[in-house]
Amino acid sequence: MDLKRYYPVVVLILVVILIQILTSLFGITFYLTQLTMSAYYSLLTIGLCMLMGYAGQISLGQAGFFAIGGYTTAFLTTVNLIDKAEAPVLSLFKSLGIMVLREDLYGNKILHLSPWVAFLFAVIITIFIAFLIGVPVLKLKGHYLAMATLGFGIIVYRVVLGTRAFGEADGITRVPGFNLLPGIRVSGDFANRVENYYIAWVLVIIGAILLINLVNSRAGRALRYLHGSEEAASTMGVNVSRYKLNVFVLSAIYASVAGVFLTHFNAGIGPSEASVMKSVRYVAIVAAGGMANLWGTLIMAVTLNFLSLRGVFGTYDDAVFAVILIVIMLFAPRGLIRKGVISEIEFAFKKLKPGGIIKVKRES
Amino acid sequence: MNRPYIRTPVLLEVKNLNKSFGGVHAVNNVSFTLNSGIIKAIIGPNGAGKTTLFNIISGILKANSGRVSFKGEDITGLNPHEIAERGIVRTFQNIKLAGHMSVLDNVMIGRHSKTRAGFFAAALSLPWTIKEEARTKEVCMEIMEMFSLTDLANEEVSNLPFGKQRAVEFARALAADPELLLLDEPASGLNIYETEELAEVIERIKNKGITILLVEHDMSLVMDISDEILVLNFGKEVASGLPEKVQKNPEVINIYLGEG
Repeated sequence: MDLKRYYPVVVLILVVILIQILTSLFGITFYLTQLTMSAYYSLLTIGLCMLMGYAGQISLGQAGFFAIGGYTTAFLTTVNLIDKAEAPVLSLFKSLGIMVLREDLYGNKILHLSPWVAFLFAVIITIFIAFLIGVPVLKLKGHYLAMATLGFGIIVYRVVLGTRAFGEADGITRVPGFNLLPGIRVSGDFANRVENYYIAWVLVIIGAILLINLVNSRAGRALRYLHGSEEAASTMGVNVSRYKLNVFVLSAIYASVAGVFLTHFNAGIGPSEASVMKSVRYVAIVAAGGMANLWGTLIMAVTLNFLSLRGVFGTYDDAVFAVILIVIMLFAPRGLIRKGVISEIEFAFKKLKPGGIIKVKRES
Repeated sequence: MNRPYIRTPVLLEVKNLNKSFGGVHAVNNVSFTLNSGIIKAIIGPNGAGKTTLFNIISGILKANSGRVSFKGEDITGLNPHEIAERGIVRTFQNIKLAGHMSVLDNVMIGRHSKTRAGFFAAALSLPWTIKEEARTKEVCMEIMEMFSLTDLANEEVSNLPFGKQRAVEFARALAADPELLLLDEPASGLNIYETEELAEVIERIKNKGITILLVEHDMSLVMDISDEILVLNFGKEVASGLPEKVQKNPEVINIYLGEG
């Protein structure tokens, strides 16, 4: 097996550790909070990169899957079942040890499902919905697929915005931490900052390794192939509709897991996470990263989300991502993170001038 | 006149096949059988329904009526990948490759139906998938050698000249270990030398025991390599049989040379 494809993973691990050490040395560990959040958004984005970049199926509904994961876990770990504690189902759950009894800030007792169960439930529900949406929608191609997934994203947004159980415009708050393993807790507490930074990045690294393996396998080859020619892929024995559905569900799982973890980290989730502009943002990041380029996408995802979370783009946050999408499509449709990109951008600029392209001499 | 191949078993049987596009009857009640181990050519002027027939056999189009059976099994209306799994593989007149992928990747996709690593096993990179992948690569490199593509293994397909791309398509089809190979105008776009080479390649494929059904415009190639010929015009069978017999058929001469 070719081990070269894992070199970037090693580099990534080293960079992650280096950043943590540097932030501690300089006493600026508060940056780790945004880097943790960026990591979760990156997890979603590399999943989308697999779907969009490699398999060539666009989705403008990834924020919807993120929200389905986040809202499911938020709801299940905050809804108080104490009044129904004697119901037979809940007694059964209690004896299985999958219920949690805790006290809120005011000393009220809250009984709810354990985050692990909520997490599993969130993933199962995501798979179910992704199948349900994917089967009809993936028959469409290009713009039509983009519109249909956009429609799905809008539905999720309106549902979470309009449902009382999901807190309407306020979203769900006071989501408890997620005890991953004894002593390892996903939460935004100050004391857990460094630990959470590593939890997030371990998750991203695992997610990236799985995708690298997939891309370089028989299944990944079939995915890349149907991007090139669905007809050729199918006549060589690739079950095109099943492969498209599988990769759609896979990217939805990545989005959903990211949603679950970030919701526990942020202790809450609001409807803005489900908004269409979030989905557009993810598509813009994959495009800027170079489409079929996992590492380019990851670099872009961390950088742009970090800047956005630090408030660098101010009130123009969404506008900036829309502009990025337009600019990339115009000047560097093959993305920014790759060789020879500078000369290509220069060429595109010259092309814009009237008659410019005729004067251009290509240096070789 | 009785050549020995006639006695080989029937591999493919097409019976009363019909296909219309709007008012155009592209395939009109066509029937034929194909014995295993031979080369059969389907010829006819443009619009005779040859490619439509191919598209139906390979599952890309669904017939309006009629039946296609392969080794006695009814395969009418199956999806293309199901037909490929049964051992029928095709090439395309206007080459269909993944231009953004390497030559090796394009040949390796040919082994898709002969291998089995799925999403889970592949993502976890289970040891057997690594072995399977290495074996696939080995087989494909051997096939590529036959088409002198070894040096181009890592070249992006879109950078190759047309003739080489056609070779990649052939290599991809052979990688699938087909029992029946459908060649859709393999000589189109090739020059006279490349066509001669092609005839040799097709003979070699036949000698491997692979049955070939061929749609072709190049008459000299067809007469050279075919064991049997089926002539179509406006979706209908005009003549069929041995090349020397078909060649003399007045109706065929009429179609090709016009009425005298």
